[in-house]
Amino acid sequence: MLRYTFNRLLMMIPTLLGVAILVFFLLRLMPGDPVAMMLMGDGGANVPPHVLVEERARLGLDKPMYVQFLKWFGGVMQGDFGYSMWTGKSVIYEIGIRLELSMQVAVMATILAILLALPLGTLSAIYKDTWIDHSIRMFSIAGLAVPSFWLGMIIILLLLSNFAWIPPLTFTPFFEDPWLNLSQLIWPAIAVGYRYSSVATRMMRSSILEVMQEDYIRTARAKGVYERLVIARHAMRNAMLPVVTVIGLEFAFLIGGLVVTEQVFNLNGIGKLFVQAVARGDYTLIQGLVLLVAVFFVLINFFIDLLYGLLDPRIRYR
Amino acid sequence: MKISALLLSLAAMLAAAGGSLAADSPKTGGLLKFAVSAEPPNYDCHANSSFAFIHPVRPHYSTLLKFDAAKYPAIKGDLADSWTVSKDGLTYTFKLRKGVKFHDGSAFTSADIKATYDRLRNPPAGVKSLREGTYVDISSIDTPDPLTVVFKLKKTNASMLANFASPWDCVYSAAKLKQDPRFPERNIMGTGPFTFVEHVAGSHWTGRKFDGYFEKGKPYLNGYMAIFISGAPMVNALAAGEVLAEFRGHSPADRDRLVKTLGDKAVVQDSPWVCSLVVTFNTKKKPFDDARVRRALSLSIDRWGGAQALAKVALVRHVGGVMRPGYDLAASEKELVQYPGFSKDINASRAQAKKLLQEAGVPNLSFSFTNRNVAMPYTPVGVFLIDQWRQIGVNAKHEQLETRLYLAAMQKDKPTYDAALDFNCDFMDEPNLALQKYISDDRSSINYSGHIDRALDELYDKQSGELDKKKRYALLREFEKRTLEQAYVVPTIWWHRTIVTHKQLKGWHITPSHYVGQDLADVWLDQ
Repeated sequence: MLRYTFNRLLMMIPTLLGVAILVFFLLRLMPGDPVAMMLMGDGGANVPPHVLVEERARLGLDKPMYVQFLKWFGGVMQGDFGYSMWTGKSVIYEIGIRLELSMQVAVMATILAILLALPLGTLSAIYKDTWIDHSIRMFSIAGLAVPSFWLGMIIILLLLSNFAWIPPLTFTPFFEDPWLNLSQLIWPAIAVGYRYSSVATRMMRSSILEVMQEDYIRTARAKGVYERLVIARHAMRNAMLPVVTVIGLEFAFLIGGLVVTEQVFNLNGIGKLFVQAVARGDYTLIQGLVLLVAVFFVLINFFIDLLYGLLDPRIRYR
Repeated sequence: MKISALLLSLAAMLAAAGGSLAADSPKTGGLLKFAVSAEPPNYDCHANSSFAFIHPVRPHYSTLLKFDAAKYPAIKGDLADSWTVSKDGLTYTFKLRKGVKFHDGSAFTSADIKATYDRLRNPPAGVKSLREGTYVDISSIDTPDPLTVVFKLKKTNASMLANFASPWDCVYSAAKLKQDPRFPERNIMGTGPFTFVEHVAGSHWTGRKFDGYFEKGKPYLNGYMAIFISGAPMVNALAAGEVLAEFRGHSPADRDRLVKTLGDKAVVQDSPWVCSLVVTFNTKKKPFDDARVRRALSLSIDRWGGAQALAKVALVRHVGGVMRPGYDLAASEKELVQYPGFSKDINASRAQAKKLLQEAGVPNLSFSFTNRNVAMPYTPVGVFLIDQWRQIGVNAKHEQLETRLYLAAMQKDKPTYDAALDFNCDFMDEPNLALQKYISDDRSSINYSGHIDRALDELYDKQSGELDKKKRYALLREFEKRTLEQAYVVPTIWWHRTIVTHKQLKGWHITPSHYVGQDLADVWLDQ
């Protein structure tokens, strides 16, 4: 297990290196000048040409691409992800101030999804082809069909029209004021968590249905084990493997993928930062963000693999 | 009976008048929350050009002069108490206010003005100034005493006084600039009505009342919070009262929604806007190197009909030439209709346009029309123009790009576009600024057409130095006539600014520019 863990950790390095190289060079192949974007403003300001040239030089954009890459990558190796070309602040700072919010929404949506998906998926499987199953399937299909941002817009409009109120526009950390914090983040968590739970519910249902056909379930029933125990101890535990994968990958996606939902709720999170960075052509910030999301995906996959071993005794890594 | 009734009604009138006076006299206190739909890249006024900078940052600073928002384009003193201009127009002498302090408590003197304007016109290495060209005519800045500053010019400049009211020319501390010329890039320290509290990137910007502000009793607000929010969420925030205003401008649809939602709590202010959309032709590319083709495309645009129709769906409304309609140096309607493309007889114009295309050998012209993928007002105006060209058999493909790619397509050294919907917008109505779009490529960094026209440059220079308003007006008409005949860049329809605020927000006046009148010194909350 220890060797497996070490090998998996080692395999992360080429993955992340590949991501770093790809994002760096692809970004620079795109047309557009971040300096012009920054200095010319919304009115197409009359910027002296030498100012544009000097600013490009200051940001190192006049250097050959490989020199720029080596400088950036050398910094990354030492934990220095560079500075945002737009704000001049460090990439770590820009991401850091937004990560707490994005993490909290992701955690809240995940909790909501688990709380809904495990019981609903199981009930749906147990009562297959009954009205309970049909109702749960309708609920989960609706969750898949409705985009999170659209549900978010509906939530906002309902709050606005019924209570003349919308969630707070600025973020307050949970431990500073839990009520204010939750009154802002519960709504996006519901909007995102609903779709998330629908994916997991459907996965849980099909997984339970599959597991219920297994010999060990038949054996448990033949031994006279109570049906509730058969489901809780034998079926659910074994059915969790694909559900854990889905939940893990969805969680990683939520860190940087709430692009539109963050816009709808005006959340100052990683998704919104991603959009702004791309629109501004802020190369260093985009590179930092892509690496962050890649690290999340790789780490979550790693933990999911470790969890497999814990959940399923047949899976043993030596 | 009659006398008592008379006395009663008199008393009622007096009470009403008193009540009204009380309601209109400024109240102190409160935190103003307003929306800003973008965010500034750094904190240096001299290196920025977007409203996204002005709205949150301007309240921290003072300038030498400023526009009187209630009487725009009138100018009043900000740090200047009074000023005189010599008869030859070459010397500007400013007497400065006494007792002005920076936010750190240090005293403001003429040395700060000199240091600021030296930085603007001749920035030290590593410092960006986007306004070097504005002050190129200044030959020297003298400070005979701590409360007097004298600007001497090399040649007359008709826009110089208005330039001194530029909201971009924040006055910095000479001592701080001496320590570090780049100090303002990362620090806020001015003499304005509000001190800096915090900037949470991506979220908000806050300022607190400066107790040492030089105008006694002001500012009225305890502070302000600029919240970075855009699009539908911004309109929702306004509707819910989470923010009381957004100071750039609303589309007709957003205005209608807000008025419907807020009812009598909404106050709508309107003004023609100092911004216009222009069509820029890439004169380095065939067939746009031919004036007949460019003029034909301009002739086919029904500006008068389009303005009426587009005003219902987009934030454009006014037909004008190179200067904003309504501005005292702009062409009158009578003069305007004489220019090619501005006649009210659109059928005759289009017949002429078809003839010109025939003569130029491109009767079935096809080209790509590059536009920004910004919905308001670029998309509706772009669609309108393509439809107008279709009326004369021209097929234009609408290519809407995100701003970064749009600017890349129009870059001066290697432009790839055919024709583009371009924008012309500066902080005030002033020919020296507005005409930059139309003068030769080698003299203007915002001329994307690539043309060289020395006749236009000469007219520009003449009007720039002309202090006699009538003569300047005549020169501007000559310039306008030539530019519209040559049609390198042609104005389409001018913008219309609409601001919806909650009625408790008082003391803010709309102007044709979304850059001026934003120091919030006079703003108060009726609560």
